[in-house]
Amino acid sequence: MIPAEFDYYAPTSVQEAIGLLQEKGPEAKLLAGGHSLVPLMKLRLAAPSVLIDLNRIAELRGIRSSDGGVAIGAMTTHSEVESSPELADRWPIFHVAGAMIGDPMVRHRGTIGGSLAHADPAGDWPAVALALDARMHIAGPNGERVVPAGEFFVDMLTSALEPDEVLTEIEIPALEGRVGMAYEKFRHPASGYAVVGVAAVVVTDGSGSCQDCRVAITGAGPKATRATGVEEALKGRPLDEQSISAAAERAGEGMAFLGDIYASEEYREHLTKVYTKRALLAAARSAQG
Amino acid sequence: MATRETSKVPVNLDINGEQYDVLVEPRRTLLDCLREDLGLTGTKRVCDVGNCGACTVIADGRTGYSCLMLAVESEGLKITTIEGLAGEDGLHPVQQAFIQEDALQCGFCTPGQVLSVVSLLERNSDPSDEEIRLAVSGNLCRCGAYPKIFRAARTAAQIMSSK
Repeated sequence: MIPAEFDYYAPTSVQEAIGLLQEKGPEAKLLAGGHSLVPLMKLRLAAPSVLIDLNRIAELRGIRSSDGGVAIGAMTTHSEVESSPELADRWPIFHVAGAMIGDPMVRHRGTIGGSLAHADPAGDWPAVALALDARMHIAGPNGERVVPAGEFFVDMLTSALEPDEVLTEIEIPALEGRVGMAYEKFRHPASGYAVVGVAAVVVTDGSGSCQDCRVAITGAGPKATRATGVEEALKGRPLDEQSISAAAERAGEGMAFLGDIYASEEYREHLTKVYTKRALLAAARSAQG
Repeated sequence: MATRETSKVPVNLDINGEQYDVLVEPRRTLLDCLREDLGLTGTKRVCDVGNCGACTVIADGRTGYSCLMLAVESEGLKITTIEGLAGEDGLHPVQQAFIQEDALQCGFCTPGQVLSVVSLLERNSDPSDEEIRLAVSGNLCRCGAYPKIFRAARTAAQIMSSK
């Protein structure tokens, strides 16, 4: 399988990449790890006439602390995110979710920014970004803008990025209080994609009740989405099995479910509730542990 | 659809410690470049879309799918293919162990399996069974030689630690 012809550019700065995007127009695509885009190009489902490779832009790689939180460069690989000691301590969800992506080869080349920008409905990072209330730093011709994760995923395979913009950094704000987080996933056994994946973050006080929580679901519908009904149901309640079970019953409220050869709509709806409960129980355990 | 002349671009590749200067179309994958332009056919093409692991190479110490890497983006990476493992002393310990444990049947996935095990043992000289399983989880073996592949990985770890 051979992709359609394209011209190739390898800029060394974000500014240069944006200049190329403006010059080449909407037929140009950005190449990150290439583990979603290149298969689509080989299958001729995508045929960009220009490919702009972000791999030579050093400023897009790496993990640094930022205003009490942390900022992850968009071209940081899944494997670097998964094994980062800076992240493991305060945001263990990155290790847990990262280790469930694809297989070792995918994790070594695929990038967190590429995955988020691709907005695959079964990607893992979109759920994690929503549950952590990540802030997407986006560079474009008019400078930088910041889009909250909640507004970044627009539809299936569609993010808030404009054709001449580059996702540069994913900022994870600091969390106050006793925090627990978890990612639970029904993993497709061949592809490794989430048939359903749920990321949960809970904040508790000394009494063991839920002060705050965020729950995000991927795989189940056309885009990753917050389960606001679950969050409302759990806030102020004790983080015990009874409250969590009751709250998890509201997972999937208002969602459109996908049905395909792997799982029907009904099955995905069922899995969404089951995995929401599991993720919340695991998050509650880690907050109280 | 109108066709147009795509110009080839010069690329320098570092493969098994040797420098290769090739002229390739930007759409040339590293896999096709290895096999078609450089005659390094030990790297296998099977699914060609990053599912099966037959095309595994080691790039800067990490395994990768050469069918999803473009030759142009591979410039600057240190690439190891199956041809780069054997040295003057003969086969690499992982290759020896695969033979000793009879860890293959048809052999088509073997170069990828071997490279995944080599990459694992370079980072972790005494992996657990689970770590071995995860290391080759991207390399599909349709003959079902996995029990022997796991045994070969353990044997290779022993050979390497006794040296």
